[in-house]
Amino acid sequence: MTKTNTKVRSKRYTASPTFGFTEETLNAPSNSPLGSYRNSAWSAFKEEAMPTTKDEAWRRTDLRKIPFDSFQFPADGAFNELAPVPEALLAPLVGDQHGGQITLLAGGAKVSLAPEIEKKGVVFTDFKTAEKEHPELLAKLIGNVVRAEDGKFAALTAALSQNGILLYVPRGVQVEEPLHSVLWGAGDNLAHLSHLVIYVDEGASVTYVHEAASPDDSLSMHAGIVEITVSDGANLRFVELQSWGSEIVNFSHERAKIGKDANLDWIFGAVGSRLTKNFSDLDLVGKGANGRMSGFYFADGEQHLDHDTQQNHLVPNTYSDLLFKGALKENSRSVWQGMIFVAPGAQQTDGYQANRNLILSDTARADSIPGLEISADDVRCSHGTTIGKIDPEPLFYLLSRGIPQEDAERLVVEGFFDPIMQRIPFEGVRNRFQEAIKEKLK
Amino acid sequence: MSTLTIRNLHVSIEGKEILKGLNLEIKSGEIHAIMGPNGTGKSTLAYALMGHPSYEVTEGEIIFDGEDVLELDVDERSRAGLFLAFQYPVSIPGVTVANFLRTALNSRRRAENPEDKGISILDFRKTLKEKMDLLKMDHAFAGRYLNDGFSGGEKKRAEILQMATLKPKIAVLDETDSGLDIDALRIVSDGVNALSGDDLGVVVITHYQRLLNHIKPQFVHIMFDGRIVESAGPELALRLEEHGYDWVREKYAEAVAA
Ligand SMILES: Nc1ncnc2c1ncn2[C@@H]1O[C@H](COP(=O)(O)OP(=O)(O)O)[C@@H](O)[C@H]1O
Ligand SMILES: [Mg+2]
Repeated sequence: MTKTNTKVRSKRYTASPTFGFTEETLNAPSNSPLGSYRNSAWSAFKEEAMPTTKDEAWRRTDLRKIPFDSFQFPADGAFNELAPVPEALLAPLVGDQHGGQITLLAGGAKVSLAPEIEKKGVVFTDFKTAEKEHPELLAKLIGNVVRAEDGKFAALTAALSQNGILLYVPRGVQVEEPLHSVLWGAGDNLAHLSHLVIYVDEGASVTYVHEAASPDDSLSMHAGIVEITVSDGANLRFVELQSWGSEIVNFSHERAKIGKDANLDWIFGAVGSRLTKNFSDLDLVGKGANGRMSGFYFADGEQHLDHDTQQNHLVPNTYSDLLFKGALKENSRSVWQGMIFVAPGAQQTDGYQANRNLILSDTARADSIPGLEISADDVRCSHGTTIGKIDPEPLFYLLSRGIPQEDAERLVVEGFFDPIMQRIPFEGVRNRFQEAIKEKLK
Repeated sequence: MSTLTIRNLHVSIEGKEILKGLNLEIKSGEIHAIMGPNGTGKSTLAYALMGHPSYEVTEGEIIFDGEDVLELDVDERSRAGLFLAFQYPVSIPGVTVANFLRTALNSRRRAENPEDKGISILDFRKTLKEKMDLLKMDHAFAGRYLNDGFSGGEKKRAEILQMATLKPKIAVLDETDSGLDIDALRIVSDGVNALSGDDLGVVVITHYQRLLNHIKPQFVHIMFDGRIVESAGPELALRLEEHGYDWVREKYAEAVAA
């Protein structure tokens, strides 16, 4: 009766995809600032059916074998008994130090923020603290961008998320030092729920790095909401890294609302999880709004990564530019489905989307589905997708210069990803992606 | 002192025999020219020497300093000291000239010593600048993606830059002169001349005497239908310049038909 044996068995998914959560799990007392929000989200959760492959957005991601009924919420303080956060994850990825750092753990959180940033009125804290110290702000900002009704997992997170992060940067405040958070999902059969509320007020600016990770052998789930507001004239650089362990199933609903003359530079890296379904949307709601999304993914083994993006141009004179590049090894699979939507009258829109995939084995597969829905006539929009293998001739060229096969392949793959690296202004993040490439190519 | 010996080499592409028993010997310090009509198998010889997987050696041997080249992988051949300046260099998008050359140099160092930490950035930059100056190349070249969007002439210069950096013992230059204007031709030839010497043997594959006015071969070979059919001194190139290949065709077509 070795531990290894039981572990392998426990990873066999049974067939019943219903959650075991009951109303008792709901923590929504009427005196809590989140009480009414959570109550209405709970109603949405009960109403929303579990998605199936008959739903257009879920056509390529099958949930039937995921044992949703086995996931439990971690008890308060559960993290004390679980694998600790590796030090390396806490190191700064942008610049050489943080202005603040939050670690979200199973049943707990750790928060630190530099006093000089706090003095400027910046709020960067976990929900539990925010409920006590900034109840009105939290109640005002939560649920404005991502709604519980957006989907089963959005409703689940909205209703039951034990914790989350509130980042609020007041009007005109420039935060120089980057902020950093790590969501650490240790433990088996747990439901980790996380909710990020990011609000950058008019003319303010901040760089924020968020990473989700877990030990390689934990079999758990994560559902998350990320809701972002970049107000008029504000600037947000948001780096999001998905480094979940190889047995995690991961769902997220993310949306950014970008105001007049505001900028969002959203960098996104995904190398982890057993299965991911991620919705990331840009809502360009003010003239001169500018949203850029740069995505990097690399899957191997049996990984399944499904990214669904929308660039919603809702008013005239807005700009969006999406580039997602991914490589796939072994039996992995990726899906990218993108949509540029231009609302009636949203003239002088520039919208670009491109998805490029490099297939490194005979059994990996990438699906790439671009989409345009344009209801204005004076727009510039384009999309492009490619799915290809490593070309043998460049490889031969590199070999012929004495570079061994493994290094030659790595160079070609790095070259493939270079256009994404060029879009990332942070050396630390680029290095992480380079390391991921090396690790995945081993 | 190095010697490359090619004996009775037969090479097929997709089952079709292209090289039909080719013999050639090159020593360091020597410059050989191989001339011959299009489609005669010159590039096939170059590719087979480097070990391109589409080129199947069906008979014969290639020996380099006592080592059986046909037993070596492509990268091992390079590290042993063989170099091919490609007739049509392919582009490697996203990989800069500098990154590529540093990786190539470090591969050589690591093959010698697995513990090697690699050439220092400073030393590498110095070497690269030196070589770029030799070929009168703008230093910005180092930051461009290899062969990506290069003009014909830039590609050929980049090939010689690689040769200068990697310091091979035997180099085959496959039509390095084609696509070069007169000035570029002189710069590239000067570069090759500066590199050639006791430590390097060079084989230039060319159609044109004009290259041979700059790079002076001691040996000129005519290749026809998969074999070297005539070998002599520089006067042979002049004869081709004057009379073309008709006499070669006449003299050897019969043998081919037979
Ligand atoms: N990759 C290839 N596939 C098929 N045939 C080829 C290939 N490369 C060369 N050949 C054929 O082999 C013959 C010799 O070509 P090549 O070696 O390129 O000649 P040269 O360099 O002397 O012009 C030609 O008939 C050419 O069509
Ligand atoms: Mg040729």
